[in-house]
Amino acid sequence: MEILNNLILGFGVAITPINLFYCLIGCLLGTLIGVLPGIGPVATIAMLLPITFNLNPISALIMLSGIYYGAQYGGSTTAILVNIPGESSSVVTCLDGYQMARQGRAGPALAIAAIGSFFAGCAATLLIAFAAPPLAELALKFGPAEYFSLMVLGLVAATVLAHGSLIKAIAMVIFGLLLGIAGTDVNSGVLRFTFDIPELSDGIGFVVVAMGMFGTAEIIANLEMKEKRQIFTATLKSLFPTKEDWKRSWAPIMRGTILGSMLGILPGGGALLASFGAYTLEKKVSKYPHEFGKGAIEGVAGPESANNAGAQTSFIPMLTLGIPGNAVMALMIGALMIQGIAPGPQVMNEKPQLFWGLIASMWVGNLMLVVLNLPLIGMWIKLLTVPYRYLYPSILVFMAIGVYSLSNNAFDVLIMAVFGILGYVCVKLECEPAPMILGFILGPLMEENLRRAMLLSRGDPFVFVSPSKPISLGFLVASAILLTIVAMPSIRKKRDEAFAAEDA
Amino acid sequence: MKIKSPKDFWAGVMFIGFGLFTVAWSLTHYQMGTAVRMGPGYFPTMLGGLLVVLGVAVLIESMVVVGPPVPAFFFRPLILISAACVAYGYLMKPLGLIGATAALVFISAFGGHEFKWKEVSILFVILVVFSVLVFVKGLTLPFPLCPDFIENCPIR
Repeated sequence: MEILNNLILGFGVAITPINLFYCLIGCLLGTLIGVLPGIGPVATIAMLLPITFNLNPISALIMLSGIYYGAQYGGSTTAILVNIPGESSSVVTCLDGYQMARQGRAGPALAIAAIGSFFAGCAATLLIAFAAPPLAELALKFGPAEYFSLMVLGLVAATVLAHGSLIKAIAMVIFGLLLGIAGTDVNSGVLRFTFDIPELSDGIGFVVVAMGMFGTAEIIANLEMKEKRQIFTATLKSLFPTKEDWKRSWAPIMRGTILGSMLGILPGGGALLASFGAYTLEKKVSKYPHEFGKGAIEGVAGPESANNAGAQTSFIPMLTLGIPGNAVMALMIGALMIQGIAPGPQVMNEKPQLFWGLIASMWVGNLMLVVLNLPLIGMWIKLLTVPYRYLYPSILVFMAIGVYSLSNNAFDVLIMAVFGILGYVCVKLECEPAPMILGFILGPLMEENLRRAMLLSRGDPFVFVSPSKPISLGFLVASAILLTIVAMPSIRKKRDEAFAAEDA
Repeated sequence: MKIKSPKDFWAGVMFIGFGLFTVAWSLTHYQMGTAVRMGPGYFPTMLGGLLVVLGVAVLIESMVVVGPPVPAFFFRPLILISAACVAYGYLMKPLGLIGATAALVFISAFGGHEFKWKEVSILFVILVVFSVLVFVKGLTLPFPLCPDFIENCPIR
């Protein structure tokens, strides 16, 4: 019954007019950037982080999370109608969704995608409500050794999900960790890697790095290509799926929800992995495998449910452990820290309104997305015709305002430009920025916990793997297993194929 | 030895360079401490060393495994977009929000493929009006609107 009380508390927070308003803004913005290729949730949330400083923490988090799951909806809309995946997680939806649209069945495809997502969103919300409290309870028993090992696991998982070379991904994590520790050392008060620049004494701002690596770098890379956007919009007839559609969709929606929820909880997981996993699964279990790629409704229902479920359950490690599983969650942690809230298991007990309000708002937001988006589809499609030469200066203006307003200092904008250049070089050398960002966020935390653990163990490095600390040992064993699995040639080939499909 | 995968080769060089610098700087500037009481230099030296090792691994791989060449750099957008951002930051105090936005929009628009004065001017006006209404009036961010040298800003 405690869950029920908690949910009631949460809904009480989520349906106040002000929070409904920010939830709506978040969902609309999320759908907008989901529709537009070339700008994703990471850059958008990074852009809005400075602005959330002026909001109360609950409204801020509600809006930012709306952007994340809203983007999944928007991405699928354009994938189905015009064969452009607005988000990387909707790449697989293009395969069958667009084929359905070409057969004049865009309406049912959109409806099934929306309904599947809604169902998955509801289920994932419930899962968070049930799974989070016991996890947080467990996490409260964590000492510095457990935290350190957990962060190792999180970082390893992040490298597993990165494109291309595993060693390069690990190196990027280390690179991020190093950048993260620039600034004043909390233990000794020594200024590290600040090179006598006073602005660096507080460290490099997370928002600044994220906007440079994901924002300006992406714009520069996009400007290499000549614009060519020809859009053949499929016509919408009826939105309603047939009886046959329902019969074929309900099972994939269930499977997608379960698979997506599980993959979302894993550190390093999230919407992207979930949608690819679900598509492969559906193709395997389907009675009509030959129809896949030619407009099978299962190929829309499964991945769409899975990516939404994954997007939502990826909040679990962030909310209960304070460990971000992907770049969006790292930004959420940044948002919490801007508000002066230390992320971790204590958030649930100390700020129940924030915690349960956010969970309830996800359900509200999913409902809003279904109700609002189906009628608005025409408008979203029109947006695709806005040329990039209008879009990118606008994006730059918002990023520059956001960064400048952090501390009313030109230096932050300079650093953003520097990281933009670095990000561009990384794109050219195929070094993924996402693991670096995770490392950057975790750098100071890891050092802190490592120091404490070593102090408590009197300098014994085996404290992390000793049988007296089974949780820490378990995390490290899991990390080792993950690394070995990915390094194995057969799995490596599969992983490359999955990413190749995404690039196509 | 021949470089077979230029992308990996340069990535390796980047990692090694950064790692070596970190180690050298930490060793010369910060106290190491011991494993029990780590000084400010301990963790960065460890990480820097690890980065060098990984960089060497990437470098060796680049000599063995064949990979694609490094794609060409497009310096026009790279320089102009970066310059546009920096200009915005450093022109905000002397020229105010309107001047800084003008610099950002026009310089960045030069970084694109086509530049039409009329289009970019209209875009600039829309963005300035939007910035003023949403960020300065709505979210009350303390940005100066007019340049420093105009005493009485006509826009309030």
